[in-house]
Amino acid sequence: MEKVRHLSKATRSNLITYGLVTAAFIIMDLLIETGSASYSLMGLLVPICAYICLATSLNLVVGVSGELSLGHAGFMSIGAFTGIVVVQLLGSGTNDVVRMLIGLASAAATASVAGILIGWPVMRLQGDYLAIVTLAFGEIIKNLLNNFWLGVDKYGLHFSMKSAMALGLTDGGRVLINGPQGASGIPHLSSFFAGYLLIMFTLFVVLNLINSRSGRAIMAVRDNRIAAQSVGINVTKYRLMAFVIAAALAGMAGALYAMNYSSVMPKKFDFNTSILILVLVVLGGMGNIRGGVISAAVLTILPERLRFIGDFRMLIYALVLIGAMNLTYDTRLVEWRRKIREKFSAKRQGQDERGGVSGE
Amino acid sequence: MGFLTNLINGISLGSVYAIIALGYTMVYGIAKMLNFAHGDVIMVGAYICYCSMSYLGLSPLLSILLSVAGCTVLGILIEHFAYKPLRNAPSLSVLITAIGVSYLLQNTALIIMKSDPKVFPSVVEDLPSVELFGGELRIQAITIVTVLTCIFVMLGLTYFTSRTKLGKAMRACSEDKGAAQLMGINVDMTISMVFAIGSGLAAIAGVLLCSAYPTLMPTTGAMPGIKAFTAAVLGGIGSIPGAALGGVLLGIIEIFAKAYIGTELADAIVFAVLIVVLLIKPSGLLGHTTTEKV
Amino acid sequence: MDLTRMSRRGFLQLAGTLGVSTLLGGCGSMERRPYTGPTDPQKVNGVFRIGGIAPLTGPAAIYGTANRDGALVAVKEVNDSGRLKLELNFQDDEHDPEKAVNAYNNLKDWGLKALVGTTTTGPCVAVTDETNADGVFQVTPSASSIDVIGGVEGSNEPAKHNVFQICFTDPNQGTASASYIAEQKLADKVAVIYNNADAYSTGIFNNFQAKAEELGLNIVSESTFTDDSANDFTVQLNAAKSEGADLIFLPVYYTPASIILQQADAMGYQPKFFGVDGMDGILSLEGFDKSVAEGVMLLTPFVATAHDERTQRFVQAYKELTGSQELPSQFAADGYDCVMAIVQAIEVSGVTPEMPAPEICERLSETFIQPDFVVKGLTGDARWLETGEVDKSPKGMIIKNGVYEAM
Repeated sequence: MEKVRHLSKATRSNLITYGLVTAAFIIMDLLIETGSASYSLMGLLVPICAYICLATSLNLVVGVSGELSLGHAGFMSIGAFTGIVVVQLLGSGTNDVVRMLIGLASAAATASVAGILIGWPVMRLQGDYLAIVTLAFGEIIKNLLNNFWLGVDKYGLHFSMKSAMALGLTDGGRVLINGPQGASGIPHLSSFFAGYLLIMFTLFVVLNLINSRSGRAIMAVRDNRIAAQSVGINVTKYRLMAFVIAAALAGMAGALYAMNYSSVMPKKFDFNTSILILVLVVLGGMGNIRGGVISAAVLTILPERLRFIGDFRMLIYALVLIGAMNLTYDTRLVEWRRKIREKFSAKRQGQDERGGVSGE
Repeated sequence: MGFLTNLINGISLGSVYAIIALGYTMVYGIAKMLNFAHGDVIMVGAYICYCSMSYLGLSPLLSILLSVAGCTVLGILIEHFAYKPLRNAPSLSVLITAIGVSYLLQNTALIIMKSDPKVFPSVVEDLPSVELFGGELRIQAITIVTVLTCIFVMLGLTYFTSRTKLGKAMRACSEDKGAAQLMGINVDMTISMVFAIGSGLAAIAGVLLCSAYPTLMPTTGAMPGIKAFTAAVLGGIGSIPGAALGGVLLGIIEIFAKAYIGTELADAIVFAVLIVVLLIKPSGLLGHTTTEKV
Repeated sequence: MDLTRMSRRGFLQLAGTLGVSTLLGGCGSMERRPYTGPTDPQKVNGVFRIGGIAPLTGPAAIYGTANRDGALVAVKEVNDSGRLKLELNFQDDEHDPEKAVNAYNNLKDWGLKALVGTTTTGPCVAVTDETNADGVFQVTPSASSIDVIGGVEGSNEPAKHNVFQICFTDPNQGTASASYIAEQKLADKVAVIYNNADAYSTGIFNNFQAKAEELGLNIVSESTFTDDSANDFTVQLNAAKSEGADLIFLPVYYTPASIILQQADAMGYQPKFFGVDGMDGILSLEGFDKSVAEGVMLLTPFVATAHDERTQRFVQAYKELTGSQELPSQFAADGYDCVMAIVQAIEVSGVTPEMPAPEICERLSETFIQPDFVVKGLTGDARWLETGEVDKSPKGMIIKNGVYEAM
């Protein structure tokens, strides 16, 4: 009996999250169709979708699995460049939807391979050491992509670690990835609808994982690794599982992001972008999937809305970060909020409080 | 001769990393937080020194002192307003705050000093460089000064933490804050002092960094900050000789990778070395291994 | 993974919400909304709204702010003279394609009719794609890659007839430099240091290399750097020195160039240095010791210390605007020329500010490619090819006693 109510609460919470995203999608769509959305807002829709997916996927690592990852943008870039190459190789002859799907699938595939390659050694470390190693991997991926040239001509694919000239392309060949200058001529396959579908897919995977047996094992490892180990949970397996799934989802988000612009550079996927995604997760509340979704949308729009104050806008952004953290954890404020909550919950005594992570 | 020149350049760069890493490691050892704003304190230190030399016309030595004083105060202020309220918060929240402080410093510098790079005047203009092997090998004065400063700072910090009262208090806080408090140590004050020392070191590092690589922008501190953080972890974060060793090694690896493998792949190689070291010795080269209790 | 038990219910949740959304949402958001900008004469009030995009914060800000300030000087000059009424709105792109497209969308909400920008190549390619789809006329002051204009051999992008460049195309400068060095017999052994993260730098280097091979110039060392590693060149200089290079070709911007010159000086290595137009600005860097730049040769279209009346007037106005004594760099002059070229084309074509943006774009583009359309700019007399490339020639300069002299 207890178990049924337990699950149904999670289901309800998940439904609220799905419903929230869908409602936002429908409202935006209506705004666009009636012509009342600004160009600026319309232009932000796809990046917002991508950041929501990234925040949700990183939440799986940071919030659910409890590992600090500072290299999430690395997986995003692997997915982005895989997606770009695949859709360009398929050519414009293929149906756009099919192209996009194959692009996303291959992005997920390469990003998860990278996730396994990186996660396997990384999962032997813990805490801040794990954080620095993910940072290092992020930088390595960026650095390697900066030295990666890929071209295609009638003889097939060519790659080089030296320069575009070294590809030795024949006439009519084209450079797909041009070292630090990245890719250009990317077909615009991303759309708001595609972004919405990808968010739903990402939420579906993450929320289901959280509420599954594996998810509970992952959270058990987060809460107390040694205790989890002692009851027979394979710690490395579950940590790696969260890490790789998050990598695959980040790769797909990267592909969605890249196919919204005609040019993408490896420089974009640097430490700062990893941090940006982390900020989305932390401000939304670690482990709180819905919070991450909301903070991703708000923090992508905020700097754009602050454009009118020019150079001061990043200053405001910085102050928002510091302020949000201080307001959340200042001991006096925490005390004050606790009192309020006590008063509030006294009225609803008898209702059980459930801890842990859900879609709320 | 090319090899020796590269080695000297590596040691020079490594010594700058080492000084920054020492600041990182002090703060991490005691406050147990990754202070990502440390790199930007370097930049502020360099700007203060630049301004007092170029606009106020002060002597290099006075400018450095001013810059150290300025950064020390800045460090205490940052700690007081941004980090102190978060003493009991999860480490990730402190990390985000540190990133916020980093953005704040960079963008304030951008607004005040504008984006155009300043060419940093060398603080050791008057000292001659040393020429060996009939001029084949030339060691710049700044290189010698940087290396000597690094050694001096490392020895000084080691003495400070092991012999002085405040230093011992810091070590006590690092071991166990609660117990330290019970022993009558003012933990808040001790942490403030750590930030003061770390930021003062950052100012020195900033001046030396910009004297050797003479360009100063609001983003100047970011990359050296990350590298120095890597160096601190490489040497074993929390360990003073470890930070110095990690810094120098990192500098040498970076320059050698640039010279003998390729300029473009240098960063990848630096970070790859870090990963390999951590996989073999998860607590860094000179770090302590701690056993986890249930 | 244990998704099996949850998947049926999870799937139902997902399918339910997706179904609702597709029913309600439809596919209305798929199509691009056409852009005209304000066309109501009352609202437009005879003012041409010109948008600008450049990196105003971040590491590339120095080039972006120069572009902006140059453009502002031009707008003020035009408004004061009463030729046209202009309004300029500059937005920051942080040297990031995403932010550049955001900035452009912001300008669309504001109602731009022509665009000056963007400064750097990567963001510019992303923006040109948008302006091309909307039909907004665009002139870029300094994004020199062929992908910006598209449709040229070797470019990944389709031809964009609404986009024009003010800066040199990269091939021009590389070949000119190689020919000059070979003809004047300036060096036996040449070293090159270039930024391989930068389309401008790589583009010039590739053409330099091809021409050098043809002319039998001996390139003994080629080394690269990226924006992340642009503060230390000791390794690259050591490589050049140990190969015995007596001339270093620097197809780079002036900030890294200033460090290269200083570090070479500190090393006691004194080869000849040869730069390109991006090197201009080096003499006005704050705190730069001009003596280390003595004897540096460069090809540049703009010289802030030139004595002609137009340059002097520009320099004066620029100093007044920025409130500092620093001389404008070539980037500022490019920004100025962008606005002036647009103004001249507006006057020639006779477009009015209340026309829809695509119509303005079409007429301005036609005007730009007329063979007799010549803009006498600060950076030389410019004509445009049908592709959008500029046709003008650089001047050879040498730095003597801290000022430029013609070579």
